[in-house]
Amino acid sequence: MYRYDPYDQKIVNERVAQFRDQTRRYLAGELTDEEFRPLRLQNGLYIQRHAPMLRVAVPYGLLSSTQVRKMAHIARTYDKGYAHITTRQNVQFNWPELKLVPEILAELATVEMHAIQTSGACIRNITSDPFAGVAGDELIDPRPWGEILRQWSTFHPEFAFLPRKFKIAINGAREDRAVIQCHDIGLELKRDAAGEIGFRVLVGGGMGRTPVIGAEISAFVPWQHIITYCEAILRVYNRYGRRDNLYKARIKILVKALGIDEFRRQVEEEWVFGKNGPNTLTEAEVARVAGHFTTPAYESLPADDAGYVSQRAANPAFAAWTRRNVLAHKVPGYAVVVVSLKDPSRAPGDVTDVQLDLVADWADTYSFGEIRATHEQNLVLADVKQSELFALWEKARAANLATPTFGLLTDIICCPGGDFCSLANAKSIPIANAIQARFDDLDYLYDIGDIELNISGCMNSCGHHHVGHIGVLGVDKNGEEWYQVSLGGSQGNHTSIGKVIGRSFAAAEMPDVVSKIINVYLAQRQDGERFIETVRRTGLDPFKLGVYGEAAVKERKQNA
Amino acid sequence: MPKIIKNGQLIDDEARILILDESQAPEELTLAAGPVFVPFAVWQAHSGQLSGRADLGVWLDSHEDVAELVPDLGSIAAIAINFPKFTDGRAYSAAALLRTRYGFKGEIRAIGDVLRDQFFFMQRCGFDAIQPKVGKYSDAQLEEALASLKDFSAPYQAAVDQPEPLFRRAQRAA
Ligand code: HEM
Ligand code: SF4
Repeated sequence: MYRYDPYDQKIVNERVAQFRDQTRRYLAGELTDEEFRPLRLQNGLYIQRHAPMLRVAVPYGLLSSTQVRKMAHIARTYDKGYAHITTRQNVQFNWPELKLVPEILAELATVEMHAIQTSGACIRNITSDPFAGVAGDELIDPRPWGEILRQWSTFHPEFAFLPRKFKIAINGAREDRAVIQCHDIGLELKRDAAGEIGFRVLVGGGMGRTPVIGAEISAFVPWQHIITYCEAILRVYNRYGRRDNLYKARIKILVKALGIDEFRRQVEEEWVFGKNGPNTLTEAEVARVAGHFTTPAYESLPADDAGYVSQRAANPAFAAWTRRNVLAHKVPGYAVVVVSLKDPSRAPGDVTDVQLDLVADWADTYSFGEIRATHEQNLVLADVKQSELFALWEKARAANLATPTFGLLTDIICCPGGDFCSLANAKSIPIANAIQARFDDLDYLYDIGDIELNISGCMNSCGHHHVGHIGVLGVDKNGEEWYQVSLGGSQGNHTSIGKVIGRSFAAAEMPDVVSKIINVYLAQRQDGERFIETVRRTGLDPFKLGVYGEAAVKERKQNA
Repeated sequence: MPKIIKNGQLIDDEARILILDESQAPEELTLAAGPVFVPFAVWQAHSGQLSGRADLGVWLDSHEDVAELVPDLGSIAAIAINFPKFTDGRAYSAAALLRTRYGFKGEIRAIGDVLRDQFFFMQRCGFDAIQPKVGKYSDAQLEEALASLKDFSAPYQAAVDQPEPLFRRAQRAA
């Protein structure tokens, strides 16, 4: 993975010093709340319900075991013994003390980590495919490009005060695993007819209050020009994006208002000036960065390890875990392991200091010392030998990190919601836990199969509810917490925004509502159809009927 | 006398920023002598007689397009760009455009809600003069704030102050 050279280290060290001084001036009353706000946000520091929350950047989701041990140390020393993996592959600490944050940042800097631009109206942490480098369907490794763009966007002087946050995601495989269609800029690595690398560029996607799927602004930007092209997009946005209304300030609103063709015209007009300028990438720089993402020293192994085959046959619990949480690796004899953070007794995405230390140890023992964070709020060990899966599973199971539900109904994406977040309309974690408790029968979950259930505590959509096959959104009705349900959302190559099925529900109703939805699916499903495919085929009507009953649906239709 | 930052140093500066109130029509204004920045509307109304005055600058608000000044750049000594709020980042693009696209060599001054924690970005985008609001900082505080111009010693990306990105400036170890 990428290791800092003295330049990278210096920038991060200088950031720590800068923020230390800013915090000192704030605490001394020299900076007002309003003046300090964007400064702390651009360091990932929110003031939320109970305490500040610190969001630490995990560029393109990649971590070393050393970094994970440092996270464990921070959770133990400055927090309540746990951390949270976010839907943008970052790590959050929920309880640090404001005056200690400079100390935390100094500790992070010693392991090449920081909290730069993890919040605020600037270019945020760049996310990518958690299976980069090991997935069979990968065309081009996105990680070097993620690092190149990380460096370019870090403290970009022109784009530190954009109209609103700006999120970039990169994918380099056949299947999109980075939600690129719902980002301000979505980049798809590809090759042109001559075999040259470049990017298909999407712009103006996003979730939040107004969910929008990104539009293609360019079918192919050659790699040399990707920085200048992004700069052209950002300059047009910085100058003309709306600043009068927070809810209309994202680039998606500008793109909608102008239309993609006019927006493209303005970007191309701007690009004429930057293209071929000094920010044009060089082969030497790309080679330097790519040189950090080397192929590990894989052994040559048989495609199917005999021991692994017999362990699966002998142990149904192990077999169940391998069926869901172990994925194919492009190298024979190796596997990709999803370390589940969806133990039903914890908030989705939460991980304790002890667990973090263990995962770091396993990474060293089994997976070349690297860990990935996924936007679905799990961890990944990407390079495990099949012959070692059983040993790893036994350890993970003992640590409650082997919930065998990856990609199933209870592998819920969930924002912190009302338990932590001051913007929330409703709590989200208890809803997730209640659904997990209802669906605790593994055979039943396996029968239901691949499905994504995503929960956000408010319209800001931090829990990606718009793209959940089942989306749950916390809404406020006269000061009470209610939940609106949508169906048919989807991430990946067939990204779509879910549609609301009808009136919202009280928290206590939610497990029943999900049960009813699942029952409709099981009754309607045709052979081998996944949940989302059934919803697409049948539309929402049978689900409305199943959830609200015939009388209610009729009444609604009459009133409509 | 009020102090501003010019090319990284504190200097005395007595230029006024002329702000029209609702009742003042730019056409009818008569300008007193002495260093001053006039609003773009005043410049447009009087450019013939103001043109070439060495103690006179033009100020733009963050929503005004720098491109409109381009025909006059040769006869303007200084341009100020207003930050109505420090979180309004349009002025960064405006300054960068003036320097890189339009080749403006005169002073570009940051005015309005100008705070020390943004000095570094301002300087990188081509502002060579920085004028916090009167009373925002004491002289001693402003002296101290000069340190913010040096927050980062080797930035990654190309900008006005450093037209080559780090990957072209430095031999970085693989
Ligand atoms: C105190 C905690 C948090 C606050 C105050 C907060 C605030 C917000 C706001 C205001 C938005 C909407 C932005 C917009 O539409 O322009 C948003 C979007 C988002 N947040 Fe959060 N958030 C918090 C925690 C989180 C966490 C923990 C995660 C990950 C689990 C997260 C991930 C996201 C994502 C993925 C989006 C959607 C981005 C998009 O609209 O494209 N946030 N957040
Ligand atoms: S979706 Fe709403 S409730 Fe949930 S974390 Fe985001 S802002 Fe908070």
